[in-house]
Amino acid sequence: MAESKPKPKIKKEAVPIPKQKPEERRRNFNEVALGYTEEQALEEANRCLQCPKPQCVTGCPVEIEIPAFIKLLREGKYEEAIAKIKEKNSLPAICGRVCPQEEQCQLKCVVGKVGEPVSIGRLERFLADWERERGFKVPEIAKSTGKKVAVIGAGPAGLTVAADLAKLGHKVVIFEALHLPGGVLVYGIPEFRLPKKIVQAEVDYIQRLGVEFKCGFLVGRTYTIPELLKERGFDAVFIGTGAGLPAFMNVPGEDLGGIYSANEFLIRVNLMKSYAFPCYDTPIRIGKHVVVIGGGNVAMDSARSALRLGAEEVCIVYRRSREELPARKEEIENAEEEGIVCKFLAAPTRFIGDEKGWVKQMECICMELGPPDDSGRRRPVPVKGSEFVMDTDTVIVAIGRTPNPIIQRTTEGLAVTRWGTIVADENGKTSLEGVYAGGDIVTGEATVISAMGAGKKAARAIHEYLMKK
Amino acid sequence: MYKILKNEELAPKIKLFEVYAPEMAEKAKPGQFIIVIADEKGERVPLTIADYDAKKGTISFVFNEVGKSTKQLGLLKKDDGIWNITGPLGNPSEIKRFGRVLCVAGGVMIAPMRLQVKALSDAGNSVVTVVGARIKDLLFYEDEMKALSDEFYVATDDGSKGFKGLDFLKDVLAKEKFDRCVVMGPVVMMKNVSEITKPFGIPTVVTLTPIMVDGMGMCGVCRVTVGGKMMFGCVDGPEFDGHKVDFDGLIKRQRMFLPEERLSSLLWELHGGCRCGGK
Repeated sequence: MAESKPKPKIKKEAVPIPKQKPEERRRNFNEVALGYTEEQALEEANRCLQCPKPQCVTGCPVEIEIPAFIKLLREGKYEEAIAKIKEKNSLPAICGRVCPQEEQCQLKCVVGKVGEPVSIGRLERFLADWERERGFKVPEIAKSTGKKVAVIGAGPAGLTVAADLAKLGHKVVIFEALHLPGGVLVYGIPEFRLPKKIVQAEVDYIQRLGVEFKCGFLVGRTYTIPELLKERGFDAVFIGTGAGLPAFMNVPGEDLGGIYSANEFLIRVNLMKSYAFPCYDTPIRIGKHVVVIGGGNVAMDSARSALRLGAEEVCIVYRRSREELPARKEEIENAEEEGIVCKFLAAPTRFIGDEKGWVKQMECICMELGPPDDSGRRRPVPVKGSEFVMDTDTVIVAIGRTPNPIIQRTTEGLAVTRWGTIVADENGKTSLEGVYAGGDIVTGEATVISAMGAGKKAARAIHEYLMKK
Repeated sequence: MYKILKNEELAPKIKLFEVYAPEMAEKAKPGQFIIVIADEKGERVPLTIADYDAKKGTISFVFNEVGKSTKQLGLLKKDDGIWNITGPLGNPSEIKRFGRVLCVAGGVMIAPMRLQVKALSDAGNSVVTVVGARIKDLLFYEDEMKALSDEFYVATDDGSKGFKGLDFLKDVLAKEKFDRCVVMGPVVMMKNVSEITKPFGIPTVVTLTPIMVDGMGMCGVCRVTVGGKMMFGCVDGPEFDGHKVDFDGLIKRQRMFLPEERLSSLLWELHGGCRCGGK
């Protein structure tokens, strides 16, 4: 066991996380980051200053007591350390991998002011993996309250609500429209960033808390929310249906073959495991010259997946400049290491197809940045007469997603914004009694952890509501 | 798992399955579809609901054994289980009293059309039904459809039974007034019928079966241009105005994965599927 006392002088650099080499990983779907060894985790944990007024906690949407778990970690009390995390977060192996820590806990880390912040996410991941390899312990579950809650959507928000309410003694049923639970964690985030067996393990853990999963069940088409409340014996409903509908650009030729929405592409590859076609039945066709449009994490995931599926070259086309790229820095670096190139300040104007209806070229126009728009980022403005043509045989459109409309269309009296998101207060309360909502369906497309944060708050509010009822 | 209660061959390679799915049976309506996944490695296959019985808790669907997924499904027997079924999906058909309705069904879609004809007839319409197939051996439900309809016609591509092709419809339409036309079948057939009804100004509803993955609005692969606008077959449809659909675009999109489908099917025929072990 390593020395547990903090070193007198702070080491400025964080312990790097071992990764698969770029030249190897660019052709396989195995996880890129391999995770800390015990030694590395202890060395990194020792960089934590154990601040009396920890700023990192204020940056965490689910309020994990970060210094406390790090202290337990460096004392070698791994079991207690992971239990500490799990008081607040039921999905640590997932969060340790896909949270944008650099914008949350790690952004506020005091060590970050003199060097690299403490790698809180990697430490979380280390503990979660340590526990999973040894088998989960199921925490104490409160006595049954006799109340029943329906959770719609088994993504990050829904799983969090379900776990928290189950621990409080409520009966929870999760209705998931797809055939596997996990939401964006299984259909959206690729295997090389978040292995599906890890999602499955955390879902199994939630199942062991007593939560029932009903997959292949589309609420709104089968039972509606009013039916769940009035006829099916549920006392409350949580809507966590996410941002599922793909956005298109509405430029000519967008319905040509070889043009995928990022959702279609990622669902085929991740959920349906098209990378293993024909062993798995769902095909995917990848050409030689792949273009991905957009600059967020979904664009990076799509580009890196396309490369792994055998594309000769993958180019990301983004209408703003590098500074405005919304993707995580770490994932941009990973993508570039793997050989993905970016074309900035350009936007497609039309797609040109061959006689079979397959895309062969894309016409773009150059952009320049004007004053900031509603999003606070500088607005891209087309440069007149700057059109150019690129050859491409596969295009992936990753310019965002909007809320799925089925619940809104089938739930009378549910207040909805003009963007189709559900109106809810900070605790997730909607315009209908007993109906709560959280995650992307309320905020529009955001992160896994912010959806979980919303789930946590909603769970508290639902519990309060049920106990008063 | 969804238990198969009945496996019936309606015509060569055309199978009807009845499965136990009480929640779906309670909610299903004519025009809706389900997504069927044979096993863990299977595709999500969209199939139109052919029948439902809320009392028995069953739904039925019919499919043509053409690709790997449907051939594999076809091997399942009574009492076997289907890994996953999701549904009912899509918007139900508009069923009300229109007046005189022409219903044209081709191939496997004769099965869901039966449901449609029955519902339209129950709603007080007088229904003229046409069932068609490539050759006479692929026809089914003729007697039942005849019994449900006020007038009944048969057509085959080769003329082996009834009319040869659908051109005779022009004469039928010239003789009497129709208030609505409902078409379900292969895309080319729906395109042809829509072209025939257009000069007569008969509102024509087609049931589109574009390529789908999730079937609930997430992936957008089922996009189809209707009246110049991009629509999603699964959440905006599956029924659309046949006079506004860009059928040629749809036909091209449907062929997108033909090489992969052929490979998959061939491997299945040769040795029961891919044997790489999932690598």
